[in-house]
Amino acid sequence: MPTDFDAIVVGAGPAGAAAAIALARAGKSVALLERGPFPGSKNMYGGVIYGRILDGIIPNWWEEAPIQRWVTRRATMLMTGTQSLTIDYRTTAWGTAPYNGATAYRPDFDNWLAGHAVTAGAELICSTTVTGLLREGSRVVGVRTDRPGGDLTAEVVIACDGVNSFLAKEAGMYPHTEAEHFTLGVKETISLGSDVIDERFGLRDREGADFEIIGCTGGIPGGGFLYTNLDTIAVGLVLQLPGLAKQKKRPEELIADLKAHPSIAPLVEGGDVKEYSAHLIPEGGFKMMPELTCDGMIVAGDAAAMCLAAGIWLEGVNFAIGSGLAAGQTAVEAIRRRNTSVDGLEGYRRRIETNFVMADHRKLADVPDLIMSERVQQLYPQIACNVAERIFTVENPRPKPGFNAIARSELKSAGVRVRDIAKDAIKGLRSYG
Amino acid sequence: MTERYPDISFERRMDLVDFRVHERAHITVDGDSCRGCTTQACVVACPANLFIPVSDGGILFNYEQCFECGTCYMVCNTEGAITWTYPEGGHGVVFGHS
Repeated sequence: MPTDFDAIVVGAGPAGAAAAIALARAGKSVALLERGPFPGSKNMYGGVIYGRILDGIIPNWWEEAPIQRWVTRRATMLMTGTQSLTIDYRTTAWGTAPYNGATAYRPDFDNWLAGHAVTAGAELICSTTVTGLLREGSRVVGVRTDRPGGDLTAEVVIACDGVNSFLAKEAGMYPHTEAEHFTLGVKETISLGSDVIDERFGLRDREGADFEIIGCTGGIPGGGFLYTNLDTIAVGLVLQLPGLAKQKKRPEELIADLKAHPSIAPLVEGGDVKEYSAHLIPEGGFKMMPELTCDGMIVAGDAAAMCLAAGIWLEGVNFAIGSGLAAGQTAVEAIRRRNTSVDGLEGYRRRIETNFVMADHRKLADVPDLIMSERVQQLYPQIACNVAERIFTVENPRPKPGFNAIARSELKSAGVRVRDIAKDAIKGLRSYG
Repeated sequence: MTERYPDISFERRMDLVDFRVHERAHITVDGDSCRGCTTQACVVACPANLFIPVSDGGILFNYEQCFECGTCYMVCNTEGAITWTYPEGGHGVVFGHS
């Protein structure tokens, strides 16, 4: 029986748009379904889009993409209640084409990327919620939607339906849905004016800053972020769900604490909140990934837990695009060969295993646990800040103490054993080395 | 500093967000499960503050200003107490600057 489309892509975020671009450009008929009124309307994130994966899809994309600022200042901040120690890297190299990281409003960016799928011939159908899978036996043959008579059939369904992926769960592909693998991201977008932002963050023109912060989550495993758009800044937190659930402070109160921190308040004060937003993040990475294919269906993007939360690297949009593109290319190949079973879709894993998508996730598989540990979350920021404070405090007439003596006494008072540090260091070196 | 720039009220915070509310509630809560729940984690964790504990030990909830994040059902420790689906197409939260 002929199907309605060669392929149905569920979700017009970056993964879905990339998949639809690959399919439409190969001449396949593709429906790109979006439950929001426009692509990106349900989406928010924690700050930076890394664009190299776009180079092969949209040449000179930076000349047309709706970018707020180009990140030329990338800082990692270790924080306690009253102290902070920051590694603050700046380079002019990231301020010119082809750039490195960009900040953008996701409703703008995702809408723009999905527009390229439409240009290539994909049929974008918005305001349409997929309510379930159509199946013949164990094989996925289409989707149900909330439109009247809204069942749609296809050779392949690509589930890019986001972190909650009801489609992967319905297909029985998602065994790792424990709350500990997920964080809640909450964010305020704050109007400040571009001149004020340039002045406070030391930026010019379209240069942007991105701060990632650890030790600012009130003891809940997670982290904070602060980055610049053109005339707004965004400040927010990611909070591991079980940690958030078992304490008493609400997410917006935790953001208020971060905004009141002496290192952050001078950067954010005086602005008006323009939008408050929240979203779940699949931070568990490699260890929480679902089955990636079943007969007739591929899972990509956040739906496949492709978001990378590896401490110094926090990336998601690029992984969504990378996995979505691979899913689309695999679907094209499988449709041509008239085999869209698990075997026919095997090229998906091969594609993402041989590029950054799975290589990075595999290499950094142990990092999410390490980053969420109490030592990395609370003790190391405290020790690092105290050591810095003692190194830079001049206590004349007492002579300067040696670094070793300072470090040893701080480790002792934090109750951290050298053996624990060695263990974490080995884990870190294995992953990052 | 926080005195000079007081935080906005929660109502104001939520009013800044565009919610296109559908008449059908996309969240349902089983009151009996909530009355027996000792943690009521949804109350503290929901970023939209949609779950309010009431005096009989149950939970009052509304769905209108929901971010559709999924935190509530993920932190709920009673299987099936919170039933959660996406709102009808075109409805629910619409972000603009996030």
